[in-house]
Amino acid sequence: MSRINGIRLKHHKNTENCSTVEFPLPAKVRIPMSMHMGAPCQPLVKVKDTVKVGQKIGDTDAAFSVPVHSSVSGTVTAVTDYRTAMGSVCKMVEIETDGKQEISEEVKPPEITDKASFLKAVRESGACGLGGAGFPTHIKLAPKVEVDTLVLNGAECEPYITADYREMIECPEDIIGGVNMIKDILGIRRAKLAIEANKPEAIRNFKEMADNDDTIDIITLPSVYPQGAEKVIIFNSTGRIIKEGMLPSDAGVIVMNISTASFLYRYMKTGMPLVSRRLTVDGNAVKEPKNISAPIGTSFREILEYCKTDFDSLKKVIAGGPMMGMSVPDLDMPVVKTSNALLGINTYDDKKSSSCIRCGRCVRVCPLGLMPAEIERAYKIRNIDELRSLKVTLCINCGSCSYVCPANRRLAETNQLAKTLIPRK
Amino acid sequence: MEKLIVSPSPHNENYTKTHHIMIEVIIALIPALIAGCIYFGLRALLVTGVCIVSCVVFEYICRKLMKRDNTIGDFSAVLTGLLLAMNLPVTIPLWMCVIGSFAAIVIVKQLFGGIGQNFANPAITARIIMMVSFPAAMTNWVYPFWYKETADAVSGATPLVLMGTTDEVSTLDLFLGKCGGCIGETCALALLIGGVYLMIRRLISPAAPLAFIGTLFILSANSAPLDQILSGGVFLGAFFMATDYATTPITTKGKIIFGIGCGIITFVIRNFGSYPEGVSFSILLMNILTPYIEQLTRTKIFGAKEAAKNEG
Repeated sequence: MSRINGIRLKHHKNTENCSTVEFPLPAKVRIPMSMHMGAPCQPLVKVKDTVKVGQKIGDTDAAFSVPVHSSVSGTVTAVTDYRTAMGSVCKMVEIETDGKQEISEEVKPPEITDKASFLKAVRESGACGLGGAGFPTHIKLAPKVEVDTLVLNGAECEPYITADYREMIECPEDIIGGVNMIKDILGIRRAKLAIEANKPEAIRNFKEMADNDDTIDIITLPSVYPQGAEKVIIFNSTGRIIKEGMLPSDAGVIVMNISTASFLYRYMKTGMPLVSRRLTVDGNAVKEPKNISAPIGTSFREILEYCKTDFDSLKKVIAGGPMMGMSVPDLDMPVVKTSNALLGINTYDDKKSSSCIRCGRCVRVCPLGLMPAEIERAYKIRNIDELRSLKVTLCINCGSCSYVCPANRRLAETNQLAKTLIPRK
Repeated sequence: MEKLIVSPSPHNENYTKTHHIMIEVIIALIPALIAGCIYFGLRALLVTGVCIVSCVVFEYICRKLMKRDNTIGDFSAVLTGLLLAMNLPVTIPLWMCVIGSFAAIVIVKQLFGGIGQNFANPAITARIIMMVSFPAAMTNWVYPFWYKETADAVSGATPLVLMGTTDEVSTLDLFLGKCGGCIGETCALALLIGGVYLMIRRLISPAAPLAFIGTLFILSANSAPLDQILSGGVFLGAFFMATDYATTPITTKGKIIFGIGCGIITFVIRNFGSYPEGVSFSILLMNILTPYIEQLTRTKIFGAKEAAKNEG
């Protein structure tokens, strides 16, 4: 395979020149105990406790989990059950802010002496993949086999989102600092900063900064969706193929979002854990698209109000990008660690799907070379063996097949349903 | 805002829909239709009109009787009617057009489940059904510009029959379509324009047409290969029938196999069969093989384990 399929989307990067605005402190925040991939944390605070910024308010012993910190100073008003956008239930801590934003005594730069203390500090920072999946960073940085390449994902291939781009423009030193730190501590020889070609300014900046450094390569990727998908970006920046069932580290690669790297760098300097994040607010119902930095736990409603959203015409709110983001059922859901964008959309056309005309577009665009039309047929008759040989489990749900389908068939959704038919080993 | 709409991703879509594709193919056929009208007179338009109207009516009645959604809006019936007319001689009695449309829409398309589900190309199959049922009317070719002659319609043989005789048509005339044949198949130039248009709009892949025409060209290398590919229904078949979505393989590898198969079968029928023309049969036969070709030419999955087939 020499080239990975993909589609050219309209970028809609309307906010690329909007500097990050600090979101005014909300009256209360609601912080869920599950913002990462693993098991939810248990709250460490009770109602009426006072908390400060950066104080740890949730933790667990479960392996794939990271602690949760308070993003504000104030008083805990409730600890309740909360249903996440994924449908699972966890605890949620509601904090009323006191406006002082006092910083907790716990916040101090960690002492790093070796790899173990570094990984421990990474976990304590509450870091998980900021690109959207929320994979705990301390696990990603502790591969079981030797890794020689660190790929920094700056593709940001989804339309609208410019949060990572602003990070690259506003804090390039932090990114390079983070890259060097991770490289040095983990003993990784090379780092590759992979950025999509639609961000020429960022590419130029980094090329200048890394001019004298031959351990950091700046790679320009074509602006083809889904360039930022893990397997795609690894192949396009290193030429390595992540085989079925393999982890990137099995091919000697770690992929990390650029914002995660710069966050880690700042954390090691200041000790302030992951309590706020940058997100792009855009969409056709949003009158003033912005990049904002909001405390974790701020409700989507407040953010949309702040960006002058027309609530009367609002039909759909998407957390994340339009291709893979999740449509939000409730405006009172909070910003979490993985929220990279919030889109307010006022158009929705529930088109009926018509018969498949076998045009083959879905097959041509699938980045993994799957055949969504065939998968759909096999799914309809519940042919599990056929689904297995069509490798539906490899689908990354990038949505390209549904996007191009002229018959409005929901192929990406069918792939997800088909995956559930295949029993796990 | 009453309630937020929740739906699975992706939340945006491409705006090329089924009916756009059908309309584009119809547009691509217009040069050939115009050429047909110039060479064979305005009766060509009448034949086309009857085919299109009867196809749409049959589609409507059929969907109604089967209590299914109405699918006239996707323009696929219009396209089938147009393609069928392209495959008929201009002198065909109009009631035969209606029967042909019935075969195409009801028997080949709707009985198998409608758009996308038919195993064979409706227009090609209808042409074959008519060729077998009405051999005289279906081979009643006329010379170009026959309508300008004062005498009654002068019927003439197709260039394929004339080949090797003293009445041979020149290669240029074949390319421009100045020879006897069906309404839409004689003018290779017009069909080429339509085919290239579809390729530029990325609606069809060049794989099958190139493989088809190329194979035929190579096989007939020692018997006027240019005349072979320019005559009969080769261009119409290659650009508009061998690229039909529903009845040809999805993958490029499959399309190439399909095209090569069409080329070989056409060559065999033309040279060793009793019919002078083999394009329709070759496409129909390859249509039937399509599911098997498809099984053998699946895409290579990125990063899949090799032993995939032995699993489960």
